[in-house]
Amino acid sequence: MILRVIFSFISVAALGGILGIGLAFASRVLAVKKDERIVQVEEALPGANCGACGYAGCAAYAEAIVKEGADINLCSPGGASTVKAIAEIMGLDADVGSGEPMVAQVHCRGSKATSSYLYEYRGVKDCNAVHMLFEGDKECKFGCLGLGSCMKVCPTDAIYYDDEGLVRVDKEKCISCGQCVDVCPTGVMQMVPYSADYIVACNSTDKGAKVRKYCKVGCIGCKICEKKSPDGGYKVEDFLSRIDYSQTGDRSAGAEACPTKCIILADDSLKESTEKEVQNKKEEKKVVNEKA
Amino acid sequence: MVTYIGIIITFVFINNFILTQFLGLCPFIGVSKNVESAVGMGFAVTFVMALASITTWAIYNFVLIPLHIEFLQTITFILVIASLVQFVEMVIQKVSPPLYKALGIYLPLITTNCAVLGIALINVRNNYNALESFVAGIAAGLGFLLAILLMSTIREKLDSEWVPKYFRGIPIAFITGGLMALAFMAFDNALLNNLIG
Repeated sequence: MILRVIFSFISVAALGGILGIGLAFASRVLAVKKDERIVQVEEALPGANCGACGYAGCAAYAEAIVKEGADINLCSPGGASTVKAIAEIMGLDADVGSGEPMVAQVHCRGSKATSSYLYEYRGVKDCNAVHMLFEGDKECKFGCLGLGSCMKVCPTDAIYYDDEGLVRVDKEKCISCGQCVDVCPTGVMQMVPYSADYIVACNSTDKGAKVRKYCKVGCIGCKICEKKSPDGGYKVEDFLSRIDYSQTGDRSAGAEACPTKCIILADDSLKESTEKEVQNKKEEKKVVNEKA
Repeated sequence: MVTYIGIIITFVFINNFILTQFLGLCPFIGVSKNVESAVGMGFAVTFVMALASITTWAIYNFVLIPLHIEFLQTITFILVIASLVQFVEMVIQKVSPPLYKALGIYLPLITTNCAVLGIALINVRNNYNALESFVAGIAAGLGFLLAILLMSTIREKLDSEWVPKYFRGIPIAFITGGLMALAFMAFDNALLNNLIG
């Protein structure tokens, strides 16, 4: 009995040993020489596999850089620091480009409460599906359809529904891969610089009177923002105000004067803080009034 | 010839590894989110199963039986299959990079899969000879491919459908799998008897 146990033990151990040695030997003989630079470049890339560079992932892009001499500045999530790191590995000059990272923003705040709808859509929850039916259920053909196709493609879950059920982008999470911009059927998702403080939350180039009919929070092209913030970069074209972010002047006056309140803070959390500030000021005033 | 047809029908439909024997559920749920990777996984499993059945048959008949240690079959098979898959992965990487790209990422996932071990043990239990074991391995792999392909197409459709909150993701996948298993209950041994007598 004991012999049998020992014999089984030895035979399995021998089998394991033979296979182990065989594998170790095979890994030596069959080792595939990989260009070290591919490994290094892959490490330098962010590893999000978002596909913004046009390749099937970070590994494929690294291989393309080393083997096919692909451009090294295609990785938008990595930004300037990644380009520098790759340039160092490849012995190239770092051509960083514009440098300012971009983030996606939804240029629409039209909800069920503020915009008029042509029909009630009941179907697949997909913006491109509803867009096939009369270019969407909203009367406005430029706005956010709100079914979240951008959320499905976002590799970092940076896009979310806010308290009002409207689509917002968390610019801290956005890696500027641009996939949401590509999937959006109305083009309401656009890239703005990371430092952008305000955005015009409207995408409609219809005339003001028409916009007023179907949306309470749309841009009517009244040019008040241009007048109130002359150096804020506001520019009204096709009855729609757009911001030139190369102008760094004050934009808050124009935003406050907007009659439809469609110029909003780009950052949701900032909005809360300013609201609180306003609230605090009001309370202070109240206190002052009561004292008086 | 009739035996081999019988073996193929048995392992693809009647004793389908996933839907009837409930082996290899991990990749069935894990890799069935889109058709492309499901097909890749299916072929990788077929490939490994065919190789594993022929090798384990050889190990059983030329090592375990002469040494009278048949009771060690399970642990030996695990050992042999795991090292075999590792070895094959290395060979493919060296010899054929395109094939490695198609199958390579799935190979390490199935080294110790219970479906692969299952076919080895079932071959021994059924006293199959070398060719029968090989055919059984391929047929079982094709059964797996069929199941995971059906599942992945259903799940792609499910993605764009509204599903109650608490059923989203894995739960609805298991319910779908359960319903598919019910459908596969229609294939039983009577079918085999009617077909090939």
